Amino acid sequence: MKSMLLGTVALALTASVAFADGHSTVRMGTEGAYPPWNFINDNGEVDGFERALGDELCARAELTCEWVTNEWDSIIPNLVSGNYDAIIAGMSITAERDEVIDFTQAYTPPDPSTYAAMSDGVDLSGGVIAAQTGTIQAGYIAESGATLVEFATPDETIAAVVNGEADAVLADDSFIRTAIEANGDLMVVGDPVSLGGGVGMGIRESDGDLKAKFDAAIQSMKDDGSLNELIATWEVSSQW
Amino acid sequence: MFSFCSDPSVLDGWRWFACYLTNGKHLTAYLSFGTVMALLAITAPTALLFGFGGAVAARSSFGPLRWFGKGYTSIVRGVPDIVFFLFFVIALDQGFEWLRHQALCPDWTDPIRQGNDFIVCPEAKLPQSSAPQWVHELYGFFLAVLTFAIVFGAFASNVLFGAMAAVPQAQLETAAAYGMTPRQTFRRILVPQMWVYALPGLSNLWMILVKATPLLFLLGVEDIVYWARELGGTKGSVFAYPHPDWRIWYFTALLVFYLGLTSVSERVLARLQRRLSHGQATAAGESQRREVVA
Repeated sequence: MKSMLLGTVALALTASVAFADGHSTVRMGTEGAYPPWNFINDNGEVDGFERALGDELCARAELTCEWVTNEWDSIIPNLVSGNYDAIIAGMSITAERDEVIDFTQAYTPPDPSTYAAMSDGVDLSGGVIAAQTGTIQAGYIAESGATLVEFATPDETIAAVVNGEADAVLADDSFIRTAIEANGDLMVVGDPVSLGGGVGMGIRESDGDLKAKFDAAIQSMKDDGSLNELIATWEVSSQW
Repeated sequence: MFSFCSDPSVLDGWRWFACYLTNGKHLTAYLSFGTVMALLAITAPTALLFGFGGAVAARSSFGPLRWFGKGYTSIVRGVPDIVFFLFFVIALDQGFEWLRHQALCPDWTDPIRQGNDFIVCPEAKLPQSSAPQWVHELYGFFLAVLTFAIVFGAFASNVLFGAMAAVPQAQLETAAAYGMTPRQTFRRILVPQMWVYALPGLSNLWMILVKATPLLFLLGVEDIVYWARELGGTKGSVFAYPHPDWRIWYFTALLVFYLGLTSVSERVLARLQRRLSHGQATAAGESQRREVVA
């Protein structure tokens, strides 16, 4: 076992010498399960609003970018550990997350979250509400007095409502509308709630250069209106 | 894939399914069956090796080695798998990068730990951030194999430790009486005889390992369960092949796959058990001897 470990270390030490001289690529981490923000398209590639946005931002900042997918649960630990350089996954800017990572300026304005259910008249303040683990919506429900059921993926939160496991689901408005379009039995219920400070890219706190580059690129897209066009194309949120 | 697939929206019936089941996403999903099989094929022997090492260490008369062997099995068996897969792997990855950092960037002055961040010099990154995606995936796969091997090795170690203790003392005494050294006794008598006692425990571990592969996605390796969930989920109009929630069908296919795999495993293990019992001083060995005599 010992020689095995030593062998591993030796392998690890030598393996990537061959790649040492290439210039840095910025690796963009996303979830790939939150249409229309980000999803895996039929060719197996990352697609959606954030793919289009990220590619444009990289072009403006003159960076070479590569896309990777990561489970939502471990998306922040893998960023701070350096497995990718930026999170671009519909992540709302919140104070708790800001303690661990840094955010660029928001690329979509703070938008209300919406409830969806199978029928009208569901008890939103005391019933069973589904939300994705570790989202602002889950945090909101936990404090609202309703019973929270959490799921690892956005898709499962919708399925829970369809199966009757939960009375309603709370998520970003655009995701709820995409889900309703795909599943005719669902409908919007209750009043939207305002959560979070808009959606931004997550960057390591020590990576000030990258943050500055993306901030500048987002600002230039805001200034020339191309960001609003992109938001309109994918119908993810309200415009700036 | 097929020439008529260029515009999915006008397809119907079997053509739609033919195109749907051969789109890029499905082809990637089919490949992940290979990933899982490769993982099993590499992990099982590696874990057995770790387990054997652990068991031998735990039996050692040399104190520190024995403590290491016992410590390895008790600590790893006591830690939940999900902790291992969420945190240990990140720590392992950071450990490798730290070693490379020490070796490759001796002049680096910035601290490696800055708050929550873990920063090593770019040359020490593993894999390099400029490396193609397949290198990253291969590295993730390698970390997965190593983590699975460490976790399952600890369980295998305890199984083998018990199996070694189950070999009848008379066998070992006889070996000593024939003048074999402890080393010879270990190699010629103890190890060949212990497998029959170890196999039921090891076969349990194999079955658990077969079903543990969804933990792979925590490491960013996309396995068959991830793809079943991803492909089966409701697909709206942003997709070329929209469909309602079809997860039940995808998971049924997985059920068939897993039942097939476990049933083949069971048959192979039963045959192996029969072979190992041959000529052994156990009830199964004895009944085999009688069959031959009768």
